Amino acid sequence: MFENLMQGQILQMLAEGVVVTLYMTLFSTFFAYVLGLPIGIALVVTSEKGLRPQKVVYKILDIAVNVVRSVPFLILMILLIPLMRLIAGKSYGPTATIVALTLAAAPFVARLVESSLLEVDPGVVEAAQSMGAGLWTIIWKVMLAEAKISLIVGATIALGTVLGYSAMAGAIGGGGLGDIAIRYGYYRYQEDIMIVTVALLILLVQGIQWLGTWLSKKLDRRV
Amino acid sequence: METIIRMQDVSKTFIGRDDQVEALKGVSLEIGRGDICGIIGMSGAGKSTLVRCLNFLEKPTSGTVFIEERDLSSLSPAQLRQVRREVAMIFQHFNLLMQRNVLDNVCFPMEINGVKKADARKRAKELLEVVGLQDKAKSYPSQLSGGQKQRVAIARALANNPKILLCDEATSALDPTTTKAILHLLQKINREFGITIVIITHEMAVVQEICSHVAILNEGELAEYGSVEEVFAHPKSLAAKKLVFRIEPKEALMESRRCVRIVFRENSSFEPVIANMVLACRTPVNILLADTKDIGGVAHGQMILQLPDDEASAARMLHYLRERKLEVEELPSYMGGGEAGESDV
Ligand SMILES: Nc1ncnc2c1ncn2[C@@H]1O[C@H](COP(=O)(O)OP(=O)(O)OP(=O)(O)O)[C@@H](O)[C@H]1O
Ligand SMILES: [Mg+2]
Repeated sequence: MFENLMQGQILQMLAEGVVVTLYMTLFSTFFAYVLGLPIGIALVVTSEKGLRPQKVVYKILDIAVNVVRSVPFLILMILLIPLMRLIAGKSYGPTATIVALTLAAAPFVARLVESSLLEVDPGVVEAAQSMGAGLWTIIWKVMLAEAKISLIVGATIALGTVLGYSAMAGAIGGGGLGDIAIRYGYYRYQEDIMIVTVALLILLVQGIQWLGTWLSKKLDRRV
Repeated sequence: METIIRMQDVSKTFIGRDDQVEALKGVSLEIGRGDICGIIGMSGAGKSTLVRCLNFLEKPTSGTVFIEERDLSSLSPAQLRQVRREVAMIFQHFNLLMQRNVLDNVCFPMEINGVKKADARKRAKELLEVVGLQDKAKSYPSQLSGGQKQRVAIARALANNPKILLCDEATSALDPTTTKAILHLLQKINREFGITIVIITHEMAVVQEICSHVAILNEGELAEYGSVEEVFAHPKSLAAKKLVFRIEPKEALMESRRCVRIVFRENSSFEPVIANMVLACRTPVNILLADTKDIGGVAHGQMILQLPDDEASAARMLHYLRERKLEVEELPSYMGGGEAGESDV
């Protein structure tokens, strides 16, 4: 059944698929954090019980995050074609997909960051305020530092989710393992290739999960 | 007395969705430098709100607070942060940074204050010695007991050489022995570094243990304020009486008629006095409340006795007690239940 796999070029294609998938996942998640982390922090800081309550700012961010999260990923990709052209020069391929993945994941990341920061004990924040700490010191040295473990767990979830999305992006020419699975498994009925591709995706998700869990255990000081 | 903290007509109203709570109602209070001032009152009386107003963690709705004659309501945010570095605070739940070790927790306020890292570490180590935790510098808060965590919090509070230390129920999460140890540590800090301490509690025992002054808060109002000696010996308000007698006037004492309260100070050991009185007068008495402590062989505390109905024996007993230089007070307001006392709150 696996005779297709014995061909050298197929193996090479699968290896490239793994690399491309990782490339898309890591960069998209990174850029999603570049956007989502400040938004998540802003959501916490401007909320009613935050350090600088700002009703209007909070509401705008809150709604914007919800709106982008509600748009199905495939629709979002199609909507973003002009932007992908602008940034990546074309509307398909891994680099263009990164643009779409970043924008799709950023609001999700913002919510993950928000919920991690909300877990920080308000008493500790109050203690820092009572010491005369300013806003940035509190965000950096109290909120982010104390939420470190929860943020790592969140990043693990984000990576896994983005990896799943990147496979979906394959359906419309995104590249990577998802692309291979669809081209060979769906269009050419080469099930063996599809199975191996899916197995590779599972392995990648498992690997990310394992790494995240290991890191958060290693860094947690709460025993 | 040199005033270090002055609260001037401070009110605080919390506005909720469909109700509002007047947590403080026009509280004025002056605390002297070097005092240990206890703030006591029932749950919900506004104690935490009052203390949080002292460093403007909570901004009063009206009125203001002066720290060393600086009006906090007139300061810019940066100036306010500067004042907060001089007014340290410790909490019921310690509020340590769980992801930092003990030494780095103590260094944290110095980081905020821009102290050089090497200097901060040196001072942090000295402070850990003051609180007796030098061997725990590399431990994390989760590895410490409650008492140890509060010691770390105290070391941290001392880091920037504060002039004032605010304690919000700092011992409420601790067992009695640990509570005592922490209270004595606070007393030592007060004596050695001359730091003024404001300590919130709902236990009179804490006040008796270390405070020089006590403020009694009742439903957002300052019911009574004075030296511990004075308030303890002659509580005027009903709120103060409830706390000093540790009894609801309407309950146990309702039935009793001739009640007297005896305050023991330096010169007496109470057991022989009462026993001798009973022997001398050949009439039994009811002890309704005895709350005394032996400090260095001398009784301190109070006792409430119900004297016999018979006028002659009662008079003889009063005479006997007064002759022995005890402070004896008849408790008229307790005879008819709590109502009579309500007016003097
Ligand atoms: N942030 C807040 N928002 C709304 N109401 C508040 C807030 N903080 C305190 N209150 C209310 O103000 C009143 C006084 O509260 P405070 O915490 O000062 O009492 P406390 O004397 O410290 O009580 P406890 O002994 O239980 O700690 C309470 O009725 C409380 O519900
Ligand atoms: Mg309280």
